[in-house]
Amino acid sequence: MPGSDSAVMERKPWVAEATKDARLEIKDLNVYFGEGPDRFQAVKNVSVKVQQGGSFGIVGESGSGKSTVLRAVCGLVESWDGEIDIDGAPVSHKRDKVFARKIQMVFQDPYASLHPRHTVDRVLSEPLKLHGFDDIDGRVLRALDDVGLGADFRFRYPHQLSGGQRQRVAVARALMLEPEILLLDEPTSALDVSVQAEILNLFADLRKEHNLTYVMVTHDLAVVAHMCDEIAVMQHGEVVEVMDVEAMRSSTPETAYTQELLKASMGYDAEFFGDS
Amino acid sequence: MTTAPVKSNVPDRAGLKAWLSSDAPKSRGHARAVQFYMGWMKLYENKLAFLGFLIILSLVLMAIFAPLLATTEPNAQDLAKRLTAPGVDGHLLGTDELGRDIWSRLVYGSRITLLIVGIVAFTAPVFGLLIGTVAGYLGGWVDQALMRLVDIFLAFPKLILALAFVAALGAGIESAIIAISLTAWPPYARIARAETLTIRNADYISAVRLQGAGVMHIIIGHVWPLCLSSIIVRVTLDMAGIILTAAGLGFLGLGAQPPEPEWGAMISAGRKFILDHWWVAAMPGMAIFIVSLGFNLLGDGLRDILDPKKSQS
Repeated sequence: MPGSDSAVMERKPWVAEATKDARLEIKDLNVYFGEGPDRFQAVKNVSVKVQQGGSFGIVGESGSGKSTVLRAVCGLVESWDGEIDIDGAPVSHKRDKVFARKIQMVFQDPYASLHPRHTVDRVLSEPLKLHGFDDIDGRVLRALDDVGLGADFRFRYPHQLSGGQRQRVAVARALMLEPEILLLDEPTSALDVSVQAEILNLFADLRKEHNLTYVMVTHDLAVVAHMCDEIAVMQHGEVVEVMDVEAMRSSTPETAYTQELLKASMGYDAEFFGDS
Repeated sequence: MTTAPVKSNVPDRAGLKAWLSSDAPKSRGHARAVQFYMGWMKLYENKLAFLGFLIILSLVLMAIFAPLLATTEPNAQDLAKRLTAPGVDGHLLGTDELGRDIWSRLVYGSRITLLIVGIVAFTAPVFGLLIGTVAGYLGGWVDQALMRLVDIFLAFPKLILALAFVAALGAGIESAIIAISLTAWPPYARIARAETLTIRNADYISAVRLQGAGVMHIIIGHVWPLCLSSIIVRVTLDMAGIILTAAGLGFLGLGAQPPEPEWGAMISAGRKFILDHWWVAAMPGMAIFIVSLGFNLLGDGLRDILDPKKSQS
């Protein structure tokens, strides 16, 4: 398993590289669902900046709109306004194949994100065929190796894999097009604790190897502390605070909500890990 | 590297069996062979489905080798021997009102039955699947327009609509096939749309959208495989109805034309003698019954085989 040599929850703040260009910038993003009187605004005036090579965490309780931000960024939700810039260039509502090679996403539930009738081989080779890559066999095998699965897994169906193995396949799929930005939508919350650590270490290793920029949504503050160098806290569709990971660790947030969130999370962790 | 032909030095049966049931295939071809073998074993283990498969297989063989199996020409009349009982004078299943050997007519009629079933089974479900999945996946006004079209087709009685098509196209077995196909697709569209609605927002569909795949690529490559099993079950259940609709058209003089040995038309002809000479109508009736049963049994087994979750667990 890659990364298993590094301690499970060892904290490694990867300081953003010297080039401080914003790889991804979101300005005044509003996302709406529904129409007419039922119209609901899920995201309100969200503005964040993600540095080149950085790892940006978005935390918040369920329903705070954090996943919706990711879905708007990658184009799965089209009812948004505001501005989303990648490398300084605004993206349109309709996305094309060029965009697909810049941003990919890893979904929350590995039991729902792999097609039940497609083998791992098909899942991984499909994006390559869509984009006309060559050496498909070699790339598929390398990708399986990258995420710590051997060639034996290549022709398995998802139901023949465990949750952690499925998520590794989903990560490999997201990396097939060699994207620069990876959106992670609670990528470990559907997995059990030991597998969570493996997957998080995998993300850390891949980030170093492929020079990726991460935007990660989660409600698990321990995961954020492990993975991210900058954090936005969301509540009711708005960003209430953006801080760096040091501020979070030293529990010196500015807003009351963030303090509450941190306290709640620590209480939970203490209770959970205290007697083990 | 892995596209190189898989190792072909399979020495004996045991080696072949191990190769075919490997859980870590080495290439796409190997994976397909394993999948095919697993499906075959599943079919073989399911005795009823296998019986259905044998029935359909014998229908196909019967159609291919009709000239060898038939004892006389299907349309050879012998008025002296009209309405001979089964087993008399070498007529295995008896003769009809013109002295034609019913067994020979059934054997040749299997060709017509297979033609009807084959063409309808490959056109109507595919068209219905296309309409239903496109409507379900795209939603909005496309969905509205296509589904109202389906409603209109469903509102007509099937046979009446088929009659109208045959009247427009001219009588004959080909027109009957086209007419049946045109009236049989709407239920498939309904099923396919319902299935599509449950999967269109799944994460695996989102993932392939993020890869920049086009709408038709997603529908055919990702939505269709999940709709297929319910469609196949429905198709096999409809087979009996399709054969009978063709027979009904033949009965009304709009399907198979005399003296073609179409099974439904043979039943219609035997209706006149049903009280005194039961075999004239009963023999083709039995043939339709056996073939329909075969399709139903096979269809049920196919649903299990097409689901890799069941076939390889």
